[in-house]
Amino acid sequence: MSDARSLIALIPRLRRYARALVGDRAAADDLVQDTLERAWSKLHLFRQGTDLRAWLFTVMHNVHVNRVRSARPTDALDDEMPELAQRATQGDALLVRDLERGIAALPAPQREVLLLVALEDLSYEQAAEVLGIPIGTVMSRLARAREKLRILMYGKGGTKLQVVK
Amino acid sequence: MSEIPSTVGEAELQAWVDGRLDAARRAHVDAWLEARPEEAERLSAYRAARDQLHAQYDAVLDEPVPAALLQRAGPGSGRWRAAAAVAGWIVLGAAVGGVAGWELRAERAGAPAAQSDMPILAHRAALAHATYAPEVRHPVEVGADQEPHLIAWLSKRLGGNVKAPQLGAEGLALVGGRLLPRDPGPVAQFMYQNAQGQRVTLYVRTEAPDQRETAFRYARDGNVRVFYWIDRKFGYALSSSDLERDELLRLANVVYRQLNP
Repeated sequence: MSDARSLIALIPRLRRYARALVGDRAAADDLVQDTLERAWSKLHLFRQGTDLRAWLFTVMHNVHVNRVRSARPTDALDDEMPELAQRATQGDALLVRDLERGIAALPAPQREVLLLVALEDLSYEQAAEVLGIPIGTVMSRLARAREKLRILMYGKGGTKLQVVK
Repeated sequence: MSEIPSTVGEAELQAWVDGRLDAARRAHVDAWLEARPEEAERLSAYRAARDQLHAQYDAVLDEPVPAALLQRAGPGSGRWRAAAAVAGWIVLGAAVGGVAGWELRAERAGAPAAQSDMPILAHRAALAHATYAPEVRHPVEVGADQEPHLIAWLSKRLGGNVKAPQLGAEGLALVGGRLLPRDPGPVAQFMYQNAQGQRVTLYVRTEAPDQRETAFRYARDGNVRVFYWIDRKFGYALSSSDLERDELLRLANVVYRQLNP
C-alpha cells in the first residue's frame, strides 16, 4: 500500500532535514525520534489525502521549536536579533567556507525556511504552512538566508565557488 | 525580447533561483538579469549553494535508518498502534514493524555473511529507488547528457568498470545517475525512464572478491519490485514501482546480457 511505502520512505527525508537543521548526527536522530513519537500520537489529526511529508515537517518544526525554547529559555526565536549580531562579525573577515558552518550560522527561522525550500523542495505555500507563517515572511526569510549564506561562504561580493566533487 | 522590464521583485528572483517560474516569467527574469550581471552572479551563487546543500546532505537519504527509529515506528509502541487503529492504518504499522524486525535481524547478525547480505542489497536498492524515483527536479546527480563523465566518475569511485546498460530498445532512456555513500565503498544508481514517465533504477555496488555469482532473486519492498543478482565484481539490483514483475524480469535479463557480452 502506497501510504506505508511513503511513510517508510519519508524517514530518510526527515533525517536529512534534521541533520542539516541541527548539524550533529545524534542530535538530529533524537529530533527525528521525538518527531516520530509525536507524529504517531497525533496521527488521527492527519488528514488523509493531504501531504504526509509536509505534515511530518510541521510536527518536526513544533518539536524542534519546543526543544530549542526549553533548552534556551531566554533565546527567543527572533528573526532580527541574531542577524544583527552576525552582521557585526562580518567585518572581521569571517569567511565560513564550510557549508555546514554557514548553515549553522543562520538564525534558526531563516535556516528552516532555506532548508525546507532549497533542500527539501517544499513549495513556498507548504513551507508557510509547516512553519505557521505568512508566505510573505517565507519569501523574505528565504532571501535573507540566501544572501547571508552567500556572504558567509564566499565573502562580500565574492562568488568563487568551491568545487565539491 | 525587445523591451527590458524595469522591475522584478526579490520574491520573483527567489522563485527564479528555485526554478519555480513559468516559462513566460522565467524569460522575463532572464532578460532582466541579462542587463544586470551583478544580480545574475548573486543568483547563480544562490543556485550553487542549493546544489551544495544537496551535495552535502543527500548522503543521509541512503544511510540505513537506525533500528531505534524504526522501533519507534513499530508495533511495540502501544500509542502508535492505537493511533494507527484510529486512522485505519494498521497495515502501515505492520509494514513499518516488518521493516523494523528486518533491520534488527540484520544488526544482530553483526557483519553479515556474504549470502545473508543479499537481502540488504535488495532493501537498500528499493529504498534508494523509493527516494529518488519520485523526484521531479533532482532525480539524478549527473544527467545523461554527460554520460561519458558519469560513467568515468562512477567507475573511479566504485573502483571498477561500471557500465550503464543501453535500454533504448526497451523504450527506456537513461536519465542519469548518482553516487550514494555506503560502507564499505560507495554505490551507483542509474535511472531510466520511458515515454510514460515510468522509472526504473539500476543500483550497482562493489562485491567482495570472493563473492560468488548468483541467480536472479526477486524481492518486493512496499510497492517497489526488485530483481537482484551478483555478477563477478558487482552486485546489481533493478528496481521499479511502475513496472510489473514480468516486465522487470525481462529487463533484468536484458541488463544482465548487456553487462556480460
